[in-house]
Formats: sequence, structure tokens, C-alpha cells
Amino acid sequence: MDAILLQILNGLDKGSAYALIALGLTLIFGTLGVVNFAHGALFMIGAFCAVTLQKVFNLYSVVIDPTKTDFLGNPLKVKVPYVETWFGEMAGQAIINWSVPLAILVAIPVMVTIGYVMERGLIKHFYKRPHADQILVTFGLAIVLQEIIKAFYGANPIPTPAPDVFKGSFDFGVLIGFDENSIIYPYWRLIYFVFSALVIGLVFAFLQFTTFGMVVRAGMADRETVGLLGINIDRRFTLMFGIAAAVAGLAGVMYTPINPPNYHMGMDFLVLSFVVVVVGGMGSLPGAVLAGFLLGVLESFASMNEVKTLLPGIDQIIIYLVAIAILLTRPRGLMGRAGVMED
Amino acid sequence: MKHLTKNDRLLFIFFTIMVLAGPIILAPFGAGYPDLLQRFAIFGLFAVGFNILFGMTGYLSFGHAAFLGVGSYSAVWMFKLLTMNVIPALFLSVVISGLFALLIGFVSLRRSGIYFSILTLAFAQMSYNLAYSVLTPITNGETGLQLNLSDPRILDAANTTGSIPSTNLFGLTMNSTAKFELLGLVFQFNVGFYFCALILIAGFYIAMRIARSPFGLMLLAIKTNQTRLNYTGVNTRPYTLAAFVISGMYAGLAGGLMAITDPLAGAERMQWTASGEVVLMTILGGVGTLLGPVLGAGFIKYFENIFSKINDSVLESWFSFLPEGLSDAMVFVLHFFVGKGWHLTLGLLFMLVVIFLPGGLMEGGTRLYNAFRSKDTKSSKDEPKAAE
Repeated sequence: MDAILLQILNGLDKGSAYALIALGLTLIFGTLGVVNFAHGALFMIGAFCAVTLQKVFNLYSVVIDPTKTDFLGNPLKVKVPYVETWFGEMAGQAIINWSVPLAILVAIPVMVTIGYVMERGLIKHFYKRPHADQILVTFGLAIVLQEIIKAFYGANPIPTPAPDVFKGSFDFGVLIGFDENSIIYPYWRLIYFVFSALVIGLVFAFLQFTTFGMVVRAGMADRETVGLLGINIDRRFTLMFGIAAAVAGLAGVMYTPINPPNYHMGMDFLVLSFVVVVVGGMGSLPGAVLAGFLLGVLESFASMNEVKTLLPGIDQIIIYLVAIAILLTRPRGLMGRAGVMED
Repeated sequence: MKHLTKNDRLLFIFFTIMVLAGPIILAPFGAGYPDLLQRFAIFGLFAVGFNILFGMTGYLSFGHAAFLGVGSYSAVWMFKLLTMNVIPALFLSVVISGLFALLIGFVSLRRSGIYFSILTLAFAQMSYNLAYSVLTPITNGETGLQLNLSDPRILDAANTTGSIPSTNLFGLTMNSTAKFELLGLVFQFNVGFYFCALILIAGFYIAMRIARSPFGLMLLAIKTNQTRLNYTGVNTRPYTLAAFVISGMYAGLAGGLMAITDPLAGAERMQWTASGEVVLMTILGGVGTLLGPVLGAGFIKYFENIFSKINDSVLESWFSFLPEGLSDAMVFVLHFFVGKGWHLTLGLLFMLVVIFLPGGLMEGGTRLYNAFRSKDTKSSKDEPKAAE
């Protein structure tokens, strides 16, 4: 029982990342009808927002510290980050320590802008072209974005730690009446799950309870009629593209402590996220979220040792197998509407 | 040959001459050495095969590298177990990749459009992951499959030289090269290249015959409007499956040739970025045209080779004639596009082609040709009037 619970928990954090990226992909597909292969790159750029902020906070000036001396008796030169000189030592260190959560504040405007520019500058011209062309141009864009990041940050993963408070793990099992040390779960993964649940909730609330969201939903159902009613639906859809980019970016920001980001992390997630979208159903937002968590948990069950000895290699391919089975038996996915991209 | 129309015959003869004269033509451009020429021929063949599926039938596969990898593995296994002769190796890689394509195609082709792309992508990633993990006894995992002295090689004579034998065609070793120097240029005629070139020419001929056959017309009809075809009572499945298997066999053959020119096989050949590369080549050259994919493959491989060799000091020597600040600025900007940044250039180029020139280099050529021709026809139309 505790083993099962542990695997579910393990699957949730990866599932959260899948769900967030798939949610963004579905937002773009559902509103604009575009298959965005560059979405993984947006996830990666979000992660690098956190890296950049951490680097900026760590910019330092060299100061001579009169109170300390090195072993020859000379006054010691120490590196003091600017944030420490500006805000005092305690506050400065806290800022550096909390650079990943703080990066959320930076990432939202940056990602919305990138999404906006991308839609207006490039994607807009591809609505009338076939899906294959959309795939190809966004694929090219993904390569370009990835290579730009690589040119500036190099090819190696850059460690971006979480705040010290959240380092370590807590004993989840004791909370719900299991033995000690039976279910150990790192704090940050829990935070990642809660955070993504929050973001997903916000996106749904935004679509469900605001007038703007209502118009967007109407536009998703029937774009032409909404347009005929005198509503500029294109402008709203452009903003939705920005929001989708921001969702992917936030997923990236918070993922950095779990896995040090490198330039091709987006591509690695993209392929899986597409599979998630297809399993959930093209154009279905709840489907994308459900399938994201489902496949994340499934993947973590498949990587249990008991399962692996029974079916070697299953952990590597389980997601693809599920996708193939779903596509062949229920092409519209778990929660897709009938008739949307079914052939 | 006599089944072809006059234009096709001309095209084929032109293509044959260009490929066979490759070492001579490309030597002045710094691309006349065997390794690069072989890559031209191999990737050209890969792209020609991919084009049969994507260009003629309209199915965008994102998992074609899987067949390339399977072809490589089977060829290397043939070298290890049977003989260093290339014929059985190529035979096995074509057969195995064909069977593999039959299996994947049978499942994937139930869907079309974006779903087909994702299905093929999923299958390719699955094969890649398996090659790295469970199938290690067959694929040798991360190290890659290599030849050993202790391999059985049943048909070959006992190895007494103490070094790993090289691939050969009935005794003609693939890596033997004849060098000639003329006018300060070195011309290298490599057996491996000519072997690949002959197969490329044969592959091109077959692709041409397919394109001009009733079967090719059917594929074109599927690309144009499959729904209408279904309503007229045609079962399109066998045709698409045949196209998929043929193009998978081309990819397997290319993989086998890769193993022949360099007898090792690694799983990274199956990664989806490798599948993306062949898509790039086909698009860049011209989807649906016969010559385009080969052009695209040559273009990408040539510029990959050139661009990735340029480094900052080369750039500095280029711009040394400019004032200092300006030359530094040029070097700083261009630094991102050359050397290790070559993929950035490739990505940008690819985007530009998709946006402005969906037909690729071939369409660009046609447009240029028409631009010149329309001027001529205008003037020739004017002439009779003047005569009246």
C-alpha cells in the first residue's frame, strides 16, 4: 500500500510538468488551431528565466574586508553580490536564496511578451496553411530558440537550487499513519505539484468565471459566429497564446530545482507532452490535465523494480504504448469532443 | 531507360553524370574528400526515400530515423557474424528495415495528418529508448555496436593480420582511395563513395519510375484528396502502406551504407532529431520533386561541413580589412552563426524556406527560371507584332 502511494506521489511532479505543458499546447490548439512544436522551447526559456535571475543576483563586486586576513596577514578580498550591498547582508542572501520562486515574477511578463510576439510575428501567417507547414515552421523556431540559449548559456546543465528552506524531504507516511521512513517525499516536489495545481486552477477559473474567458470559450466553440457578433476574437486569442506561453514558462521556472536545465530539456518534454495531448484529446483542456497526471503516475509505476523485472524496459516506453493504444482505439482521446481532428 | 519520357531521361542522365563526377566537380569547393562525398550520397538516398512518403503521398513521418538505425544495426551484425562483404549486409538491412516499416506502418497509417506524425514519432522514440536500455545485448547500448577481432565471420577466411578487416565488395575494399593531383587540386576517387553513388543512382531511378507509374499517380491522388478517393471506392490503405514500406527500405539501405563506410552503429542515429534532419533536407530541397531531396541533403551536409569549421580566428582574418571596432562587431555577431552555432543558421534558414519558399530550392530555381523566361517570351511576343 505504501509502495503504491509512494509511486503515485513520485509520478505527480513529472505529471504536473506534463499537465502544464500539455495545457498550454491545448490552449493554443483549441483557440488558434495551431500545432506548436516550439512549446517545449517555451518551457525551456522559462527555466532559463530562473537561471538568468540567479546569475543576475549573483553579480558581485570585489571588496576588501578589513576585518579578515588571509594566511599572509594581508587584508582579504571578498566577493560581495550587489544585492547584498544594496539590501543588507541578510536580505541580500535571502534574495539570492529565493531566486527560483522570485523568477516567477520575471517569467510571467517575459513569457507573455514572447508568446505575443511569436503569435503576431510568425504564427499569424500560418493559420491558412496546412498543419504540416505549422509543424515545420514551429519546429524550425524551436531549433532557433534552443540554439540561441545554447550560444549564451553553453551546453551543460546549470544547477539552480531551490531555497534552503525547501531542501530535504519530509516523512509523508507518518502523516497518514504509516511507518516512519516508508514514504519520503522531497519538499520541492510537493511544492511543484501544489504550484501547478494552482496554475491549472487559475487558468480554468480565468476561462470559466471572467467575461474574457467566456468570450474565449465561445470563440473556441465557434470562432466565426463570435467574430460576426462584432467581437475582435483574434486579439483575445493572441493574448491566450501569451498565457499559454506563460504557463509553459512557469512550469519551466519551477522545474529547475528538480532537474538542472540545459538547452534541450524542452525537446525532451515536448515529445512526451504531445503524446499527453493526444491521449487527453486534441483541444480538450481537462483532458490534457488529466492525461498529464495519469501518464506521469503510470510512468512512475512502470519504473518500479517489481514491474521492471516482469517486463524489462517497460518504464521507457509505457507512455508511447498507451498513446498508441489510445490512438488506435479511441482516436479522439480520453475527453476529446467528437469530430475534432479525428481522422 | 526507354520507359522514361525525354525530359526524364535527360534529368536522369544529368543526375548520373553529376553524381559520378562528384569528386571532380566538388574538389575546387573543398568538398572533394571521400568522407563528405559518402555522406552526400547516403543522405541523398535517405531523403529520396523519405520523399516517396512525404512528397508523393503527403504523410509527414517524424520517425524515419528509426529505420536508418535498424538498417545500420543489421548491417553491422552481418559484418560480425557472416562476412565483411557488403552485399549480404545491405540485403539484411533492407529486409529488416522493410519488415520493421511494415509493422510500424500497419499501425501508424490508420491515422493521418498530425496523428500520423505523432504516432511515428512515438514509435521512433520507443525504438530509441529500447535500443539504449533493454536491447543492449543487440545494440550494445551507449557504446554502440562495433566490430571485434573475436567476431565469428563464418564465411571469411581466418583472420591472420591481427587487425579488424575492412568492408569490401568481393575483395575490393571500401576505404581504398585513388588520388590524383592536377592544377594544385587533389582529386580523390574512393571505392566506398562510388559504391554509395551507384546505389544512389539506382535509388533515384527507382524513385523516378515510381513517380511516373500508375502506382505513383495513385500516391499523388492520395496526397491531393484522400477522402474523395475513399468515396470513389478506392481502398487507399495498401498504397500508403506500400509507400511507407518502400521509403522505410530506402532509409534502411541508407543506414546499411552508413555502416559500410564506417562499420559501427549507435542509437543516436535513431533519435528524433535525426528524423527532423531528413525532414529539413527534403523541405529545403523541394518536397515532391525528384531532384530536390538530393539537393537539400547535399546542401545541408556541405554547409554543415563548411560552417562548423569556421571559428573566431577565421572570422577575424576575413574582416581584418575593416576598422577595428567594426570588424570586432562583425565577428561578435557572426560568431553565433558559425562553428558550433551552425544549427542556429540551419534553423533560421529552414524557417525562411518554410515561410517564403514552401517548395524549397527547386521552387526557387523554377521561379528564377520563369522570371528570366517571361522576359524572353515578352520580347518574342513583341517581335511578330513589329513584323506585321
